[in-house]
Amino acid sequence: MTPFNTLHGLVVPLDRANVDTDAIIPKQFLKSIKRSGFGPNAFDEWRYLDRGEPGKSNHDRPLNPDFVLNQARYQGASVLLARENFGCGSSREHAPWALEDYGFRAIIAPSFADIFFNNCFKNGLLPIVLPAETVDRLFREAEAIKGYALTVDLAEQTVTTPTGDTISFEVDGERKHRLLHGLDDIALTLQFTNEIKAYEARRKAEAAWLFA
Amino acid sequence: MTARTLYDKLWDDHVVHRQANGTALIYIDRHLVHEVTSPQAFEGLKLSGRKLWRAKTILATPDHNVPTTARAAGIVDPVSRTQVETLDANCTELGLNEFRMSDPRQGIVHVIGPEQGFTLPGTTLVCGDSHTSTHGAFAALAFGIGTSEVEHVLATQCLWQAKSKSMLVKVDGALPAGVTAKDIALAIIGRIGTAGGTGYALEFGGEAIRALSMEGRMTLCNMAIEAGARAGMVAADEKTIAYVEGRPQAPKGADWEQAVAYWRTLHSDAGAVFDAVLEMDAADIKPQVTWGTSPEMVLSVRDKVPNPADAPNAVKRADWERALAYMGLSAGTPISEIAIDKAFIGSCTNSRIEDLREAAVVARWAVANGRRVAANVKLAMVVPGSGLVKAQAEAEGLDKDFVAAGFEWREPGCSMCLAMNADRLEPGERCASTSNRNFEGRQGQGGRTHLVSPAMAAAAAVFGHFVDIRDLANKVLQ
Repeated sequence: MTPFNTLHGLVVPLDRANVDTDAIIPKQFLKSIKRSGFGPNAFDEWRYLDRGEPGKSNHDRPLNPDFVLNQARYQGASVLLARENFGCGSSREHAPWALEDYGFRAIIAPSFADIFFNNCFKNGLLPIVLPAETVDRLFREAEAIKGYALTVDLAEQTVTTPTGDTISFEVDGERKHRLLHGLDDIALTLQFTNEIKAYEARRKAEAAWLFA
Repeated sequence: MTARTLYDKLWDDHVVHRQANGTALIYIDRHLVHEVTSPQAFEGLKLSGRKLWRAKTILATPDHNVPTTARAAGIVDPVSRTQVETLDANCTELGLNEFRMSDPRQGIVHVIGPEQGFTLPGTTLVCGDSHTSTHGAFAALAFGIGTSEVEHVLATQCLWQAKSKSMLVKVDGALPAGVTAKDIALAIIGRIGTAGGTGYALEFGGEAIRALSMEGRMTLCNMAIEAGARAGMVAADEKTIAYVEGRPQAPKGADWEQAVAYWRTLHSDAGAVFDAVLEMDAADIKPQVTWGTSPEMVLSVRDKVPNPADAPNAVKRADWERALAYMGLSAGTPISEIAIDKAFIGSCTNSRIEDLREAAVVARWAVANGRRVAANVKLAMVVPGSGLVKAQAEAEGLDKDFVAAGFEWREPGCSMCLAMNADRLEPGERCASTSNRNFEGRQGQGGRTHLVSPAMAAAAAVFGHFVDIRDLANKVLQ
């Protein structure tokens, strides 16, 4: 996994609550057996005016000019500013894969859906929860100021605005550690192999039916 | 000893290791695998040279991509076909138990797990699918995971978890005739919202939940994720035990006796403390119909489409406006005047035998009264949850009831719940659907989904618009 340390990135405001993972990456793209290449189809139904299909070239597809990601001023954005309950619905990890592949490295919202939130950390994508009033303010600033960029520092757990205002955020210590160092979860868990085997032996003795 | 919740008990019995920060390594007893969220996990396992931890904990089947017609011809879409063939190849290589597309036991993962006795009380069960919460109906700790975690379970049989908060959703009283578990689920989501359960493990309790069949409890737990809760659960009781007994993978002999003794302890202790409690009276619940693009946008069939001006705040107002525009609805329209183009009876929420029986009652009533699927309804399809559900329904003659009334009778799979196969809505089409998500584009780009119970979907198909199933119930169904 790509480590995450600091990020200075252009912010794109996606002003909708309850953005679901079906919207982030529609179902037809889930037929891929790879974990890369989803970026061009991130938000496909909002981003394009025609119907996207796996294998179809996206270069000449008609863009929806009303969709915020298509606006010239937000090209190259790496920070997604979102509303409450971002990433709800399907557990598809294709959603963080698509956002990461598009170029996002951090998502700021007042709240996230659990499974999506968890999936982000596995993919070098940092979900940041900030109070609704703070998110409101960032929306106002990002919409008002062209080229509005934020600096995210994971080690310090801060988001810094262009005027130098520093906002702190919470992150679970273990997740932070793994993301900072791009650690492999499975390798870490396998360090507990003896404990897992001991659990299995104990459980088998008290509940043989689980191992029949 | 302190009184514990059901969730506490399931958690405590699966902790392998506790970290100082409270997160724990949790042992996973059962792992369901389907073709969409597993290929990258199998590939990851192979690329890292790691071994599968415990093959016998896995049951695999293709469900999302499979066609519901002309199955003998195989899968026409080459991309879908590759994904299903990849699952077959991975299962063969690792020696996993897989019900292939041609197997009579194939079906939706969340239908076949319980059906086979693979889903058992007191277990932890995961799947790369958010509707894994379904299995909590068996007093199991069951939740959906992403593909990285699928790989993690394949390699270690464990997951790192932070313990959730607990919420008791207590539904007392008796459900009115015609009102189902689906309506309870939608009414709860309407009350607490799609993020109301975020961070919680839900336990459903109370008289109305005890009175539900196992199928009803599965429907309810299935929708826990639509309230934001990764896991929903119901305490084990005699119905749970009776449902499991004799199933192919259920414990046998002395194992059975030992298991049942343990299962009888799987309930929250008297005096157990929950972080939150929600109480509802079943008698107040009416047949539910969603009007928007989120399951929380739900009303009773007697209500009218809401006015965004009445939304509680600016974000919701914008949401409602966008939803009405997408759904092609105007504020103030009675729900019962909304005409549909298609009806879908199926999905991991409502494709079990009891669901099909409830819908078939409406089909039989239609035929007996000289009616059939309304002229404005282009397609009304019934997709059983598994090959075994299909066989059972056919043994009861339900397929003939459906076909006589103008419904199509299909092969099992996820089908038009998420339209990964050929079954989908075209832009602008409106559907009465027994599935679980009414998100934009969920059933096909531009498609408009209204979530309802099986009998409500069947009745909408017959009348061409939503009707209050209780009217039908009072007249005919009793």
